[in-house]
Amino acid sequence: MKNFKSISRGFFIHASLIIVSLLSIFPFLWLMSTAMKGPDENIFQYPPVFFPQHPTWANFKGVWNQIPFILYFINSMVVAGFTVVLNLILSALAAYPLARMDFKGKKTVFYATLATIMIPFQAIMLPVYLIILKLHMVDSVNNFMGFLGLILPFAVNAFGIFLMRQAFLAIPKEMEEAAFVDGCNVFQIWWKILLPMVKPTLAVLAIFTFIGSWGEFLWPSIVLTKKALYTLPVGVNDLQGMFSANWRYIAAGSIIATIPILIFFIAMQKYFISGENDGAVKG
Amino acid sequence: MYKYYKKYVPYLFLLPAAVILILFFFVPFFETIVLSFFDYNSNIYQPAFVSIDNYITLLKSPVFYKVMLNTFIYLIGAVPFLVVFPLIIAIMINQKIKGITLYKILIYLPVIVSIVVAAIAFKWLYAQQGILNYVMGLFHINPIGWLTDPNVALYSVILVTVWKGIGYYMMIYLSALMGVPKDLYEACEVDGANPVTKHLTVTLPHLMPTIGLVTMISSISAMKVFVEIYVMTKGGPLDASKTIVYYIYERAFENLDLGIASAASVILLIVVLVLSILNFTMFEHKQYQL
Repeated sequence: MKNFKSISRGFFIHASLIIVSLLSIFPFLWLMSTAMKGPDENIFQYPPVFFPQHPTWANFKGVWNQIPFILYFINSMVVAGFTVVLNLILSALAAYPLARMDFKGKKTVFYATLATIMIPFQAIMLPVYLIILKLHMVDSVNNFMGFLGLILPFAVNAFGIFLMRQAFLAIPKEMEEAAFVDGCNVFQIWWKILLPMVKPTLAVLAIFTFIGSWGEFLWPSIVLTKKALYTLPVGVNDLQGMFSANWRYIAAGSIIATIPILIFFIAMQKYFISGENDGAVKG
Repeated sequence: MYKYYKKYVPYLFLLPAAVILILFFFVPFFETIVLSFFDYNSNIYQPAFVSIDNYITLLKSPVFYKVMLNTFIYLIGAVPFLVVFPLIIAIMINQKIKGITLYKILIYLPVIVSIVVAAIAFKWLYAQQGILNYVMGLFHINPIGWLTDPNVALYSVILVTVWKGIGYYMMIYLSALMGVPKDLYEACEVDGANPVTKHLTVTLPHLMPTIGLVTMISSISAMKVFVEIYVMTKGGPLDASKTIVYYIYERAFENLDLGIASAASVILLIVVLVLSILNFTMFEHKQYQL
């Protein structure tokens, strides 16, 4: 009797989880199905057909030839790449004194940093834009300045600083003292002794910063005026305007744009689903 | 502890981050407040100080009422689902069953994929002759204008936010579930409690702080929702799906009405500030202590 109970319970759990999993990926599967239907197949057919009768890559080729995905991909890589590097360096630099040193105004710095967590970017984006304009960091000046304007406002944030601070706090103080006795200066201690010891935290910060930067849409759509600097999300949104009613192309383009992050996710899956990264939680 | 660094060294380490945070957080923060007291509507090159006129204009504007109501509906529409569904799913995944990793990957997938792509995918599901209306037809329900009916559009957009957030909050719950003492469950089983009672008496009390945390984080995110609306409805039809960030965006970057946009931003700032302070004092106090 007990056995029957546990089997039926297992069945119930699996059935529920399969349904939830399918609901999670169905919108993408349906997009894929639409993208693989040729012009002779009615995509508004009732009842809807999930498996294309004559699957084709033609829509992918068609949209690929009209949209510079490689360019958008490179732009996204540049923006996300530099955003990650700056976040790692700036967070680790700022976190060190907050974790380890005594200095005048430490409390003020600490709480001021904490306060920035409570300021939503959406509420201050207008003045940020005005500042970027004043600094000439827009793509109408040149591409380099355009990239600066995309990257710098997100070069560091309080989450990263606090995450790194927690990591430094976990390192025994004797490490630094020993290094100092061995003749390291304070910068060398930070670079050669401490940073290698917080590599796992740096990896977590890098991955979550990358995902955030890669998916960012609001800010690039505000500052960008030239298609030459479009990142992938901005390019994908643009598909709607370009192929207003051609859902085969819109679907194919959306799928193409999703492939890089999908590969990244599969490769880095342990960081996302291990459940040990609650320190990297963002609001 | 003896000092192995000179007095100015801590500031040197702080400097680069400080420059960014001051330039792109603190200055804009105060500028938002200052701008909200100026009128840019008459002449954008010569803003005039109007004290609290912008706030009065907002409070008198029916559109702003609509926007605040929509934002509130978004909050109470999305948050309960984002608190409860991921918890139930996390408890199911936390059992010793096969295929956990695959389930986790599939359920987490919407979190990873760009919100723009997700919104486009849902727009396609929501099409007038789309698959969702076909499913409705199976239940003899007339086709619904998911994104074109003013009574429905907001809820259609909320659904996308909920769908995209479930995996994220599930992972937060899962890491909290790891901390629930196993022997409590065993004691429960010895007492012959059924699974539902077990989770109600053991899991739930242990997860209360996490449930609170998820409530706060998802509330703050709901206040900040933008992309779903931008991609799917542009706030329409008839402002039916316009929430506060979209309103700010529209005022600031389409109407160049900087004063009104800033006044609305200050209101958003205050709401998020209150939610954040609640969050810090109640749930996250440990991580952010000096």
